[in-house]
Amino acid sequence: MFLILPALWTLYLGLTDYRLTGAAAAHPRIVGVDDYRQALGDKDVRDALGRTLLFVFGSAIVGQNLLGFLLAWSLRSARAWVRAAVETAVLLAWILPGVVVAWLWIAFLKDQGGTLNAILRTPGHDWWFEHPMGALIVFNTWRGTAFSMMLFSAALSNVPRSQLESARLAGARGWQQLRDVVLPNIRGHILTNTLLISLWTFNDFTPYLITKGEPHGASAVLPVYIYLTALPGGRLGFAGALSLTMLLINLLLALAYVRILRRRA
Amino acid sequence: MRVALEAVTKVYDGDVRALDELSLEIADGEFFVLLGPSGCGKTTLLRTIAGLETATSGTVRIGERDVTRLPPGDRDVAMVFQDYALFPHMTVADNIAYPLRLKKVPRAERRAKAADTAARLSLGPYLDHRPAQLSGGQQQRVALARAMATRPTVFLLDEPLSNLDARLRLEARTFLKKLQHDLGVTTVFVTHDQAEALALADRIAVMEDGRVRQIGTPREVFQRPANIFVAGFIGSTPMNLLEGECVPGDGDPTGSWTDEIDVAGLRLPVPEEATGLVGPGDKIIAGFRPEYVREAEDGIEGRVEIVENLGTTSLVTLATTGPSVQLTVPEEREPAIGTTLRVAPQPGRTLLYHADDGDLIDDS
Repeated sequence: MFLILPALWTLYLGLTDYRLTGAAAAHPRIVGVDDYRQALGDKDVRDALGRTLLFVFGSAIVGQNLLGFLLAWSLRSARAWVRAAVETAVLLAWILPGVVVAWLWIAFLKDQGGTLNAILRTPGHDWWFEHPMGALIVFNTWRGTAFSMMLFSAALSNVPRSQLESARLAGARGWQQLRDVVLPNIRGHILTNTLLISLWTFNDFTPYLITKGEPHGASAVLPVYIYLTALPGGRLGFAGALSLTMLLINLLLALAYVRILRRRA
Repeated sequence: MRVALEAVTKVYDGDVRALDELSLEIADGEFFVLLGPSGCGKTTLLRTIAGLETATSGTVRIGERDVTRLPPGDRDVAMVFQDYALFPHMTVADNIAYPLRLKKVPRAERRAKAADTAARLSLGPYLDHRPAQLSGGQQQRVALARAMATRPTVFLLDEPLSNLDARLRLEARTFLKKLQHDLGVTTVFVTHDQAEALALADRIAVMEDGRVRQIGTPREVFQRPANIFVAGFIGSTPMNLLEGECVPGDGDPTGSWTDEIDVAGLRLPVPEEATGLVGPGDKIIAGFRPEYVREAEDGIEGRVEIVENLGTTSLVTLATTGPSVQLTVPEEREPAIGTTLRVAPQPGRTLLYHADDGDLIDDS
């Protein structure tokens, strides 16, 4: 009821020129696939999609994956209290409500009185304005690394110790053990993790809480762009079409994931 | 190559003593078995030789080289793990050649070497298979081949036969013994299975609580266990260990008398090697194997409680007034449950142990 009806409504909206105000609000016309045709040709849409891909690649595929793995790997042999402290800190970033972390990061990177500027002694530097995407990527890496770290921790503890020791006896150095034993053993986990965090990041709306797509849409990833199009912009029909496109992309990613998993099994 | 351990101690987490001032020497080319119950430190000892554990104190030498602080990869040893530790994503050939790859041996050469070693272990047809496609016995041979391919100076085997089913284990045992004989590589083999130890070893070290309780050939360890721990551990049927006391003999007409031992009312002569080492009043434990117990009119009386078929013999457990006594009888000569038997050890087959510390009483 709460899932299907809005989805069908979106599907319907995508086929109309429905608007919040004006003539099209009172009598929306069915325009068929016009919205979709327009969406594909629209430079703003393509830019938003490009930013989203950059966001996903930078913060999820590279950022969270790599940082999560590094944390899990280096915590393996750490003392119990170090491990507990780091894990708590990382988890905290993950479980805090989006509104809270959004404010934290606005304060952290603020031009006047921001924490980072205080640390770097660069007062007045507006990070969110000058490097909106870069800042978002750093933010989301920080925010979401916990999941990757936990998943990789579990995966690493399942790598048979005897295989690692076998490699050590053969004379394998640390990075050779990583390449020849660890990574091949956790390939499935890397794949699962990459897909899940990609999907989540692709759909993430938290950037809106921080930048609202500013400056001039330079930080508007696709979900933010759609929101801006629909509500302040009032073009509900067009936004519906974009939403459905996004849904399709999600579906394709999920399908690819299921197929790869099946082939492995 | 010779392996020597001098006063090796390994302490875990500050207080668990896995190895306690342990010293032993393994000769070049010897098949040496570390035997003991789980938790006795045998695997820790093997891993300390391998370098996977570092001794808390003491020295480990391989040949003339002190390797105590050397990482495992620099010790020139190879190890076969209980679970074989094959790399599941590599083919058999790549598994075998893996140590050679790390040593930067050119691809063609290591491929040839892998094929060569594989052929020797009848793995020729499986070079391009993944480990998961092989049977347990074949996987075990791949692990052996990987260990052999680098021509190590010492082979370390950690219960390599325990994951095989009973029949295959016997075959693998014979195969392993022949292989070791052919290669002539010093081999240290860990097991908790005394039959495996007796079958394979040139010499056995029986361990308990991080210490060596006896070192000897299978024959020595089987025939003359140095203490009641070894006596109870070695042998497929456990040795009868009965408490008793040394008593003055009845004497003879000339007036001289010899000491005897009194076990559960049975009088036995003091074994030759213990003569003069025990006197009247000394508490002792008499040990004799079920295989060396026969029926005797003046023997210990007991009621047949359990009869276990061992194939060509059966193990009979007698309930006596004291602790129960076990003996083996030939097939088809099994007594009926509930009947009464009188039994005694065959002459010359009794060992005496001190009742206090459990050590063998002999003149050596």
